[in-house]
Amino acid sequence: MSHLVLDGLTTRFGGFTAVDAMNLSVGRGEFVSLLGPSGCGKTTTLQMIAGFVEVDGGGIRLDGTDLVSVAPNKRGLGIVFQSYALFPHMTVAENIAFGLEMRDVPKADRDRRTLEAMELVGLKGFADRYPRRMSGGQQQRVALARALVIKPALLLLDEPLSNLDAKLREEMQGELRQIQRSIGTTTILVTHDQHEAMALSDRIVLMNQGRIEQIGAPHEVYDRPASAFVASFLGKTNVLAATGDGEGTVTVGGLVMPLPGAGKGPLLLAVRPERLTFAQAGEPGLEARITGRIFQGAHWQFSAESAAGALTLMRGNDGAAVPGEGETVRLRFSAADAAVLPAGAAA
Amino acid sequence: MRRNGPLALIFHGLFVIFMLAPLLIVCVVAFTPEGYLSLPTRGPSLRWFRAIFDYPEFIRAFRDSLWLAALSSTIAIMLAVPAALAIARYRFPGREAITALFMSPLMVPHVVLGIAFLRFFTQIGISGTFVGLVLSHIIVVIPFALRLVLAASYGIDRRIEHAAISLGAGTATVFRRVTLPLILPGVVSGWLLAAINSFDEVTMTVFIASPATVTLPVRMFLYIQDNIDPLIAAVSACLIAMTAILLFALDRLFGLDRLFVGSGKG
Amino acid sequence: MSGLVTQRNAPFLLTGPALLVFLGLVIIPLGMTVLLSFYDWGQYKGIVPEFTLKNWIEVFTDSYFFEIFMRTFRIAFLVTLAAILIGVPEAYILNRMSPAWRSAFLLVIIGPLLVSVVARTLGWALLLGSTGLVNQGLIALGLIKTPLEFMFTETGVVIALIHVLIPFMILAVWASLQRLDPQIENAALSLGAGRITIWRRVILPQIVPGILSGSIIVFALAASAFASPAIIGGRRLKVASTLAYDEFLNTLNWPLGAAVATLLLVALVLITVGSNRLIERRYAQVFE
Repeated sequence: MSHLVLDGLTTRFGGFTAVDAMNLSVGRGEFVSLLGPSGCGKTTTLQMIAGFVEVDGGGIRLDGTDLVSVAPNKRGLGIVFQSYALFPHMTVAENIAFGLEMRDVPKADRDRRTLEAMELVGLKGFADRYPRRMSGGQQQRVALARALVIKPALLLLDEPLSNLDAKLREEMQGELRQIQRSIGTTTILVTHDQHEAMALSDRIVLMNQGRIEQIGAPHEVYDRPASAFVASFLGKTNVLAATGDGEGTVTVGGLVMPLPGAGKGPLLLAVRPERLTFAQAGEPGLEARITGRIFQGAHWQFSAESAAGALTLMRGNDGAAVPGEGETVRLRFSAADAAVLPAGAAA
Repeated sequence: MRRNGPLALIFHGLFVIFMLAPLLIVCVVAFTPEGYLSLPTRGPSLRWFRAIFDYPEFIRAFRDSLWLAALSSTIAIMLAVPAALAIARYRFPGREAITALFMSPLMVPHVVLGIAFLRFFTQIGISGTFVGLVLSHIIVVIPFALRLVLAASYGIDRRIEHAAISLGAGTATVFRRVTLPLILPGVVSGWLLAAINSFDEVTMTVFIASPATVTLPVRMFLYIQDNIDPLIAAVSACLIAMTAILLFALDRLFGLDRLFVGSGKG
Repeated sequence: MSGLVTQRNAPFLLTGPALLVFLGLVIIPLGMTVLLSFYDWGQYKGIVPEFTLKNWIEVFTDSYFFEIFMRTFRIAFLVTLAAILIGVPEAYILNRMSPAWRSAFLLVIIGPLLVSVVARTLGWALLLGSTGLVNQGLIALGLIKTPLEFMFTETGVVIALIHVLIPFMILAVWASLQRLDPQIENAALSLGAGRITIWRRVILPQIVPGILSGSIIVFALAASAFASPAIIGGRRLKVASTLAYDEFLNTLNWPLGAAVATLLLVALVLITVGSNRLIERRYAQVFE
């Protein structure tokens, strides 16, 4: 059964529709990311769930009960803010205990749960520190503990890792995932970082201009982008001009290959750079001229020109010789690695 | 950020009325056609604005105030710029104490300064002269000049100056071509704030002004001590109108919050 | 750099001119004023440069002076209190406005700071007089029957001074509100805190340093205010600064006036420096 349901959720700022009739069901214990460029409505969606932004249409239900009519301070959700929003005049322990205090939890119980929360996030012994005297990563842990200690029905994370440096961010990702698994709290993460979304989530919700573009497991949305926007937003992708004959065969430049389900007439195919391979001698392929070659250690990255458009392709560094700039190669890919994009959908 | 509720807006409305009421009443009363203080219920009249010209002492005091403001703030800024640069970029013994000293005219009650200047100028024989006024005003406006120049000086990346030196510029050239243009916004707004404060100063000036050299606020203060009539309302209305025009110009040029709020952090 | 200017002497060369001016025009005149307060004075003999404690004994023992100093600090305290009670909510409301409205109202609040205090106080004299707009309005509303006395009363002086000084409080509090994390209220809200709890437990503790520094400014300026008490309070309601003015320019007893001025200066320095120390010590841990 769905735990959190967004049903036609809509909000407008003046004349601008920030979130447009959004539908989403999140299962209990699931980790879902709202991913998209800035201004796509992901943060606004989170703020509507939290109650900080007014809902203009549709509903939010948690365990079947309406959330929109509940005051933000009665929703009982745990939120980690991008800036952490720690109370600078309170110690770590006071910060964490604040939510318990609001719930009139008895002092002894409060102290015990605060201590447990600090242990959970690895901040044992920091109880009497003030937030300003702590590193960004430590502040982040305090914010997480403060949100989790109230045993929220839902954990909302608003770009929680974006203020950390790359190395720490990766570390915290792993830890965040492990903590979320161990306590099993349903979690919504808002992020513009695709790697973060893919590393952490059970499902990714890709948003653009206030609408959902695609929902699916990370590998699904990566391999089977539903639109040119998703294809170009998630990782690098090649969009190739092709022609279909309506009977399951497409022509891409000089390459004719079966592609079940492809329509008739001009269409666009999305193929990931790492799924394009060099054709063996004698094999048919899409002819392309290498225009650039960059060595990146574990792999080579080529840029090329073809009849189907400009291309990027990757090849693992297995020690074998690779073509140089100006050489002409033939490329191929398997039907399973090509996603047909809706006609007319330009990236 | 959440919006203000209706109660908050009512509070705010009352507060704005409180802030504007005394200024508006002066401007309204100034237009009275009667010979006594009253609202212009019989329609507005310029009678009392014309009457200002029959009192040349107001015109003369206004002119003296302008000169005083221009002169004292110019000298103050010339003293403040090198001092601010020294405070912003060197760590030297007595730095904190010197800064506190330069800021002290903000803390010392102006009555006390007025008395001190009156005593001092009487002893050295420049009591009641324009020179005395300028000297005393330099002191009271230096903190304003210094604070804004200081804020601008802290923001300078010294590597820019080092770049100029590496390109062959001498000390004077670096200052004229690099440093000064960089702190210019602070210098200009510091000068302006100093000039406005000099123009408005009344408490200290009332001690050292003489009938021969008197500033406009002091002239008005002494007039009100004797008698409040529509004439003084008309003079005040002119002053308020000029300040309003200046205010809008400043807001357009610099942004008032930068001029006042930003300076507090320096 | 030329041979004459070195890293070591540059700061002194740069601050030198201003330092000389301050030495000649602040330190020496203030020193002379303190000295003057120990001189003798007589109706016919004038100022006599002989050391005497006469003025100080008079200031400290005569209940007339005690009353005036009490009134001065009572007015300053009331003005500060009112500035907090009105200025803090106003700064908060201002901070929540959209940027366009905020800068418009900032003009309204900061603007009066640039208008001569004489013109502003004249406005209050017109409003508060027995036939002024405030009394006419209150009578018209049926709230009072006979006009209230504002002129020549402490209430009138306090009202005029609130108007003159409240911008300093608003600016100080607003500066500390701007340093708040914009999400801090939402964070408290999500943890279950109500409006009042958020104010008391989250907002107020963080802006207390701003309120205190605003209070110090307002108190010091209110205690040393001259033009507003002189115009609204008149000769009948003296405060320390108008007392010193009268001794100097009417009675011509300069040594006594110098003693009053010195006492005002010393009292204010002690109060402001003392409370600054207190604030720094109390909040050093949380706010650096």
